[in-house]
Amino acid sequence: MTAPPLPPPGAPLPHYVSDRPFDPRSIERLSPAQERVYLASQWRLMWWKFKRHRLAVASGLFLAVLYASILVSELLAPYNYQTRHIDHIYAPPQAIHLFHEGRFVGPFVYGQTYTLNMSNLKREYSPDPAAVHPIRFFCRGDGYTFWGLVESDVHLFCPAKDGTLFLLGTDRLGRDVLSRIIYGARISLTIGILGVAISFVLGLVFGGLAGYYGGFVDLVIQRIIEVLQSLPSIPLWLALAAIMPVTWSPMIVYFAITVILGLIDWTGLARAVRSKLLSLREEDYVLAAQLMGANAPRIVGRHLVPGFMSHLIASATLAIPSMILGETALSFLGLGLRPPVTSWGVLLTEAQNINIVALYPWLLLPAIPVILVVLAFNFLGDGLRDAADPYK
Amino acid sequence: MLLYIVRRILMMIPTLLLTSALVFTIMELPPGDYFESYMAELQAQGEGVDKAKIEFLKQEYGFDKHPVERYFIWLAGLVQGDLGYSFEYQMPVADLVGSRIMLTVLVSFATIVLTWLIAFPIGIYSATHQYSWGDYGLTFLGLLGIAIPNFLLALVLMYLANVWFGTSIGHLMAPEFMGQPMSWAKLGSILAHMWIPVIVIGLAGTASMIRKIRANLLDELQKQYAITAKAKGLHPFKALVKYPLRSSLNFFVGGIGGILPEIVSGAEIVAIVLSLETTGPLLIQALQSQDMYLAGSFLMFLALLTVIGVLISDIALAFLDPRIRLQGKSTR
Repeated sequence: MTAPPLPPPGAPLPHYVSDRPFDPRSIERLSPAQERVYLASQWRLMWWKFKRHRLAVASGLFLAVLYASILVSELLAPYNYQTRHIDHIYAPPQAIHLFHEGRFVGPFVYGQTYTLNMSNLKREYSPDPAAVHPIRFFCRGDGYTFWGLVESDVHLFCPAKDGTLFLLGTDRLGRDVLSRIIYGARISLTIGILGVAISFVLGLVFGGLAGYYGGFVDLVIQRIIEVLQSLPSIPLWLALAAIMPVTWSPMIVYFAITVILGLIDWTGLARAVRSKLLSLREEDYVLAAQLMGANAPRIVGRHLVPGFMSHLIASATLAIPSMILGETALSFLGLGLRPPVTSWGVLLTEAQNINIVALYPWLLLPAIPVILVVLAFNFLGDGLRDAADPYK
Repeated sequence: MLLYIVRRILMMIPTLLLTSALVFTIMELPPGDYFESYMAELQAQGEGVDKAKIEFLKQEYGFDKHPVERYFIWLAGLVQGDLGYSFEYQMPVADLVGSRIMLTVLVSFATIVLTWLIAFPIGIYSATHQYSWGDYGLTFLGLLGIAIPNFLLALVLMYLANVWFGTSIGHLMAPEFMGQPMSWAKLGSILAHMWIPVIVIGLAGTASMIRKIRANLLDELQKQYAITAKAKGLHPFKALVKYPLRSSLNFFVGGIGGILPEIVSGAEIVAIVLSLETTGPLLIQALQSQDMYLAGSFLMFLALLTVIGVLISDIALAFLDPRIRLQGKSTR
């Protein structure tokens, strides 16, 4: 639109009327794109915001794949996690090759020849260039009971008929490290989730009670939290773990440890819930609910908690890594899970002394999934936390 | 102010009583006690059990009495400054802990100083260069520091130090200096060994510190006064350090209280891996062998330090930040 020329200085300004049709709502009206944003639900907004954090999305996918894999660990692992190969104790990882003497043979590994070095009694393995062991796919190998129900022996990939396939080496009993890592994921990944679930419930209940009722209840719960937080967590784990009778089966020990991890971790969450509730309960809609006769659990559960649920989920996600690391630490001290239950922490107990680092460094490999999972949960939690408040 | 401090100190009493009850319960819960296993061990070795001594100890610590009674005896001792007697080391707990506390404080103090020295510049850089490659890289490194189980890092560093520098494995000094009086050579040996635990223990702390500094400083930098300061041409350094940084440090001052118990306990697991002569392994060992007065009294000592530390933080916060009022009603 071209503006009319300005009148000379001193002359009155002409009366200007736009002849375009007048629409009093033109400013309020939203473009379709705006409308999409303004009418979107809170969760949809969060999803949009979350999607922008690429690393968080990638981490989420990575974790989803890992969690899916624990459903079919038996299928994915080339060996059963308890199968011992007495001839291959402390065997180093075998590399995958594609070409043998310039000829393409598909993925295969070279066999290993074993010699005992008589001067220092060290087991020495060297690849045997004559023995080509192609990897088989969808094949029959070690037997297992799928989820304790169905007998089967099908694996995604397994070694050649009388060859070996130790992609990450073997441990002191000749068990395949890769298979043990795959099986260990089952325990390590669920222990964090269960522990956080327990601490989540405890945190919500106690934080909710303290925040909503205030006064004496608040005072007592605050003191309990203070007491728990004034003790260092590792001794507390230790002491609780030491209470467990030795006669308990490894499975009960597993659940007990999740409970221990959860029991100690809830205090932070309870504090967050409490402070949120303290500010939210002053809102008008709470007064309205009270006037309409809603009881306390309903007000907290129906009106207050949804208001900060997203924050809680984000902080719970950030708490999972510390649980996984906690399990590793407990198992490392020999107070966590016990064989035959296999977690990454249990696997790492094999790598306790410096000789292992010097002689059999592949036994440190279970640390890599631990690191990756902890990183992924941190990124995911960061993304969730950023997305938790989509109106900001 | 004085009134507030007095009230807080009075509040500490029920908290510490609760803690002591919890600690004692935890100590009591595992089946059996130290004397049973100790006597069994002596008998298994075929040594004559010094009945008189054990009877004396049992009497002294009331192991023939009901646990509740024993709890009050222990508590009365604690109040009078008697930490009890370590069965395993056969010496008073106070002496045992005291002999190790020097090195522990040394290691922890170095760790904390290193953490601050690294975390502050990086945190400030990350916050002022948000979403830059430097920020991403440093954040990633920081997360990596959290993600690596630190006992593992300790093992690997110890091995590398041995291979590259020929540092002797584990402990805080070379074997020939153990039990020797302090000398320059011994100090040098301690320094040569100390960097591994300092780095390993400091790593995770540094990482979380960087994240906290970054988040808090970012919050401040977005406020209007910070923008105004920049807009009216205040020197960039002053516009960063003098106002936003200062007011973003509340979390830091609030955390100072937590340092007190940290300095004394040290990182337990790393200390075990590196077989450091600090108090951490002592505590873990005591918990495992049910050496209950050693473990219990030490835990109580840590709890006391925590409570005092929190009090110090609160007072320091009130001094540093005039917005925080202690006397007024904070919450209804």
